[in-house]
Amino acid sequence: MEKLSVSHSPHIQHEDSSKGIMIDVIIALLPAAIAGCILFGWYAALVILTSVVTAVLAEYVCCKVMKRPNSIGDFSAAVTGLILALNLPPELPLWMAAIGSIVAIVVVKMMFGGLGHNFANPAITARIVLLVSFPAAMTSWINPLGLENAVTSATDVNTVATPLANDSYTYGQLFMGQVPGCIGETFSLLIILGALYLIARRVISLVTPLSMVATVALISFIFGEDPLYMILSGGLLFGAVFMATDYVTSPINWKGKLIFGIGCGLITFVIRHFGYLPEGVSYAILLMNLFVPFINKITTPKPFGWEAAK
Amino acid sequence: MVKSEEVLRPVKDIGGGANLPHRKNTAEKESVMMPPPETVVIPMQQHIGAPCTPCVKKGDTVYVGTKIGDSDKFVSAPIHSSVSGTVSGLGSLLLPSGQTTETVIIQSDGQMTPDPDLKPPVVETLEDLVKAARDSGLVGLGGAGFPSHVKLNVNPDNPPDTLIINGAECEPYITSDYRECVENTDNILEGVYLLKKLIGFKQVIIAVENNKPKAIQALNKLVENVIGQDVGVDVSDDEKTHALYKVATDERDADNSVRLMRLKSRYPQGAEKVLIYTATGRKLPLGKLPSDVGCMVMNVTSVSFLNKYIKTGMPLVSKTVTVDGGAVMNAQNVIVPIGTSISDVIEFCGGYKSPARKILYGGPMMGNAVVDVNMPILKQNNAILVLDRKQAEKRVESPCIRCGRCAKACPMRLQPLEIESALRIGNLEAVKAHYADYCIECGSCSYVCPSKRHLTQVMRMAKAELRNKK
Repeated sequence: MEKLSVSHSPHIQHEDSSKGIMIDVIIALLPAAIAGCILFGWYAALVILTSVVTAVLAEYVCCKVMKRPNSIGDFSAAVTGLILALNLPPELPLWMAAIGSIVAIVVVKMMFGGLGHNFANPAITARIVLLVSFPAAMTSWINPLGLENAVTSATDVNTVATPLANDSYTYGQLFMGQVPGCIGETFSLLIILGALYLIARRVISLVTPLSMVATVALISFIFGEDPLYMILSGGLLFGAVFMATDYVTSPINWKGKLIFGIGCGLITFVIRHFGYLPEGVSYAILLMNLFVPFINKITTPKPFGWEAAK
Repeated sequence: MVKSEEVLRPVKDIGGGANLPHRKNTAEKESVMMPPPETVVIPMQQHIGAPCTPCVKKGDTVYVGTKIGDSDKFVSAPIHSSVSGTVSGLGSLLLPSGQTTETVIIQSDGQMTPDPDLKPPVVETLEDLVKAARDSGLVGLGGAGFPSHVKLNVNPDNPPDTLIINGAECEPYITSDYRECVENTDNILEGVYLLKKLIGFKQVIIAVENNKPKAIQALNKLVENVIGQDVGVDVSDDEKTHALYKVATDERDADNSVRLMRLKSRYPQGAEKVLIYTATGRKLPLGKLPSDVGCMVMNVTSVSFLNKYIKTGMPLVSKTVTVDGGAVMNAQNVIVPIGTSISDVIEFCGGYKSPARKILYGGPMMGNAVVDVNMPILKQNNAILVLDRKQAEKRVESPCIRCGRCAKACPMRLQPLEIESALRIGNLEAVKAHYADYCIECGSCSYVCPSKRHLTQVMRMAKAELRNKK
């Protein structure tokens, strides 16, 4: 008889895996990614490809250099690359996309200890680094397929304004991606579909995206802006669904997620309404990332039977 | 059909926990009595508390029920021979708990002659009950192994007002309590009435998970007209129905305070703190006993055994265990003499279907893995799981992605991920600030973890560190 293996309990585990969760996120991102490629053309697909491949390669090289086990198989690097790419303008030079991925993986993620140890969202930080480093390229937009006919100078990238800077788009256009913008963040309908998929698969909780979006809508209303336009334009929906919900850089429980979501919404609005920046979602989430340890601390639940012991 | 309002609904829901696969493969198989093995090895420590000292020596003749070990400490329970035969020696054994215990080895004569000195005890007062429980060797049969007489020794001036009979059986695979509910219903109910009379409970709640409709039906004292219509209890089982009916209309429950509660099937429903909260809404604080919140929790099989002992005088010498798992040929419930080796039990169940890679005392969530197949069956065992290669497969740990599922699953509302990272850097203050000492080690966090981290073990280590620091 073979030797028996001995281990501590429990001896069964649920079949869900971290890799499975990452694959779910990729599935949820795919519709928006594919739509981005169709709307903005084949070059957008190249941007996505460059970003994803560079992210995975960067993680592989990091693991080699740091003498860590190879971790590209958990797909987290691919998710980071994909989320970053969908946040980039469709005509961005490819080498810039590659730099973004390298910053995200090497600086933000691996140098802080790899998966689970980064305090800021890698994709968001990389996007901000790109925005600060290459402001012109990072704010050059093109019109999507379908809008080209209406606007004669569609190929002149610098003349097109995003909906946030130009409120002449209809809700329908915002909903169906008929606006200029980042590769993956214009098609609101597909982002909402992705969100529903992730919620149905219990990958994300509704609390963060809902509180973030609702906060923006409410304050927009108070300040006399159009709440629905605010929600559908820019990167708000994409950020709320795919970036504010990043496990590592958001609070653990629903109370924390609520505080986090409201904070993200507030900062987003403040930047959009009062600031000079074109968009506030990335900064809002990054700033709130820094508050996560504190939020976790103040929302640590009291254990069962705690009050009875007092 | 049982009217829904006649079965109690849970008072509170603690939240958390995990939806486990039930895998109650053996639920509908009648329990089978196993013939005595050639040799039994009976450990002197089969309970929480002081170990027993053998009171027999090599060459002594013993019968079924002869006392072979006892202790003068209060928190302990005597040990009895499970076969008739000759003591062939004393030995020692390393238990999965890490304790080493003395053992009494007995060669069976195959006759299973009961000890002629055994006679049913007279139980008329609470003291009689406590003495009977001690003499019977009864320990908590749900798995904990806490000596029952300690629990029953209540303060007569301030007795607990609520008795909760734990029939939740929330671990996968295990069906021994379920079979007890179906096969020994009247013993359970009689035991309940006896406890109620002698201790003076104001209410008794028999709590069963809703994945055991037949147990609920069998236990429900209001089944008289309708057995077998909806849930499919054998209608031809007239005698049982009748016996039940008689018990049900007995004057012992004149105030109709013995009620059945249908629990949600969610792990760890049967954990003491969880069950008390579900059944009564009372919260058991850290380090307190159920009696501090006016409750007593007893396992269904314990109550049933106590009643059997009072009727027959035969102490705890055998145990119904669920034998299941992918590597065993015939999964079933077996009534096993205590001290029988696991390998004898597996042989009785038709041997191995495939090579066993891991063998557990108890269920897959809280059970202990044993090092070899010659380990004996203990009093508090309710299952032997023989896992095959696939079931015993080790999961590869990956980094924590801080998804928070462990915190969501924790019935004690802890955040295992935070405790793990605090313990890793040796920050005991943070471990304490996250209340690691509240952990009941149910295993839900490890079960749900997508990164397959050994969270429950980390929690045990965190608790040990906190204890050492004190």
